[in-house]
Amino acid sequence: MRAQQRNADTALAKGLGWFSIGLGLAELGAPTSVARLIGVHDDDGARNLLRTYGLREVANGVAILGTGGGDAEWLWTRVAGDVLDLATMGSALRRNTGANARKIAVGMASVAGVLVADVIAAQRVAGDSGRANVFEMRPRQRTSIRVSKTFTINAAPDEVYSFWRQLDNLPRFMRHLESVEPLGGRISHWVARGPAGVRVEWDAEMIEDSPQRISWRSLERADVPNSGTVDFTPAPGGRGTELRVRLQYDPPGGKAGKWFARLFGEEPAQQLYDDLRRVKSLIETGEIPQTPGRSSVVHPAQPHAGRRRAAGGRR
Amino acid sequence: MRATCWMGTRNVQVRSVPDPQILNPRDAIVRVTSTAICGSDVHLYDGFIPTMQRGDVLGHEFMGEVVEVGEAVGNLHVGDRVVVPFPIACGHCNMCEREMYSLCENSNPNASMAEQLWGYSPCGIFGYSHMLGGYAGGQAEYVRVPFADVGPLKVPDHLEDEQVLFLSDILPTGYMAAENCNIQPGDIVAVWGCGPVGQFAIKSAYLLGAERVIGIDRFEYRMRIARERAGAETINYEETDVWDAIREMTGGRGADACIDAVGMEAHAANAWHIYDKAKTMMFMETERGAALRQAIMCVRNGGHVSIAGVYGGFMDKFPIGAIVNRSLTIKSGQTHVHRYMRPLLERIEAGDIDPRFIITHRMNLSDAPTGYEIFRDKEDECLKVVLKP
Repeated sequence: MRAQQRNADTALAKGLGWFSIGLGLAELGAPTSVARLIGVHDDDGARNLLRTYGLREVANGVAILGTGGGDAEWLWTRVAGDVLDLATMGSALRRNTGANARKIAVGMASVAGVLVADVIAAQRVAGDSGRANVFEMRPRQRTSIRVSKTFTINAAPDEVYSFWRQLDNLPRFMRHLESVEPLGGRISHWVARGPAGVRVEWDAEMIEDSPQRISWRSLERADVPNSGTVDFTPAPGGRGTELRVRLQYDPPGGKAGKWFARLFGEEPAQQLYDDLRRVKSLIETGEIPQTPGRSSVVHPAQPHAGRRRAAGGRR
Repeated sequence: MRATCWMGTRNVQVRSVPDPQILNPRDAIVRVTSTAICGSDVHLYDGFIPTMQRGDVLGHEFMGEVVEVGEAVGNLHVGDRVVVPFPIACGHCNMCEREMYSLCENSNPNASMAEQLWGYSPCGIFGYSHMLGGYAGGQAEYVRVPFADVGPLKVPDHLEDEQVLFLSDILPTGYMAAENCNIQPGDIVAVWGCGPVGQFAIKSAYLLGAERVIGIDRFEYRMRIARERAGAETINYEETDVWDAIREMTGGRGADACIDAVGMEAHAANAWHIYDKAKTMMFMETERGAALRQAIMCVRNGGHVSIAGVYGGFMDKFPIGAIVNRSLTIKSGQTHVHRYMRPLLERIEAGDIDPRFIITHRMNLSDAPTGYEIFRDKEDECLKVVLKP
């Protein structure tokens, strides 16, 4: 999924690189025609300026193609160039009227359109590479979420492993998981509910499966790409098993998606923590402790009218 | 059913609420025959405990008859007469297996809340705020009892309710407080607070071999009961300097062990009271720890301070210097009731202790609001209120 996206983004960048070269060559080789096309008065000053801009465009295009479309910095320089072009044409617009003014305006609209494309390309490429770049106000960070939590369970490691390995046990304690369906071999199909009840699905492949460790990764076309590891380690002094879960996932919408989830009170580390507390209770006592109203401090500590028996306590 | 509900600070009402249902396979439903108001309920009443919600059902000292059992409860049947311990324990976590039942790892569904305040969470408790599980309590007609195969203790028919009710909380609490003193032959134990827990702590200290037990309070009727029914020597802290008196009574050594059976709403006869009261009212301190400070000062070098009183958060001006420089041991905890119920029942049956001596008032559940008032304000020589639904 990520590879596909990266390819699309560099393709866009390279396209803009070729456009730069084409436009630059036109400005260098035929400044008079370009000036007339955009409605600017065709004098020596204008032609020289256009040649200078042409040089800039060609250099920029070469730089983009030379870095394989993967360096956001050269896309940001395109943006700077677009801004310069717009400024120049803006002042020309003020000095012109009639048909010329209309031409300039059309030219400006075209540049504005290219400007938008440049900005999008720059952001995408910057996001893919995860590196800071000089033209951004703040460093761009990876939008993957990583959480890791540990719990000690008073049961032998192979008992805990067997419980976890039985995939249809997982929705009993993982609050967001609706179902896990083995599809044969090491592949399984997962359905979960994200914030605001949005349904997400993916196929996952178990990469490692031993009583000491289970690890998996989602396959292509996952709604939410994810991977993780579960370790089953003996706890010291006969205390049972140290269960350690490490998860990584890319929420849809990148960083915006992360904040969207927080708005709904969904904190990934806390979720995992609560899920593990529940699996501990399930394995040690056979049930999950519950009081009506769950963990919110919204409902009074009273018997809940009309609630049906919920063995295993999922929900 | 009727239940005593917390409706705000100093506002409890008996209201009609839904009957409890079995939610988990190891639950049981108990019809309450007797229940009591605890000193720690007063902290809820006075608004000192956070995460209370309007409408919460109170009460953690209760007993009664089993009327329904979940499918996974094998050792309890409908009709059994049981006393229910106030901490809820699963029996299968590391802590329960080590008999530290009030630290059960599986009974607090709101454990994360408690972790914010205390680092880790203790067990869930009946009727004692959402931070400790949000369980509906036992000052009601019926209660849902989780892990009913572990907690409830069957009691013989020849013992009446009032003889065994206090196995649910305060008798084991007084006993564990005394046990935490590591009492040796010849020891002199001082107990701050002659309330119900203090009375049982005094009795337990004697049972555990203390030479002399001193009870400290300011209400004459409580000190009289401590002298006449529990065998203590008493000090009125409003009339006597406690540190001087204890020093004299112990040959200049100090008390071998001190028990704080007062807790977070301590009253003091000196400037400490003004300090603590002002600070708690301004929310700059969460407890009034005057009794605990004094206990630490009065214990001998190398002695034990056993904290039975309930505290919730962060006390101000804590004498850490005294502890560090004098090799003191501090022991505390919510009572591991399950550990003590059977041995103490045997003591009751053998006549070593008759817990009924602390009961001063009996009322119908509907009069619970009055019960809270007179218990809190120590009116009408109130020591312990027992409610009957």
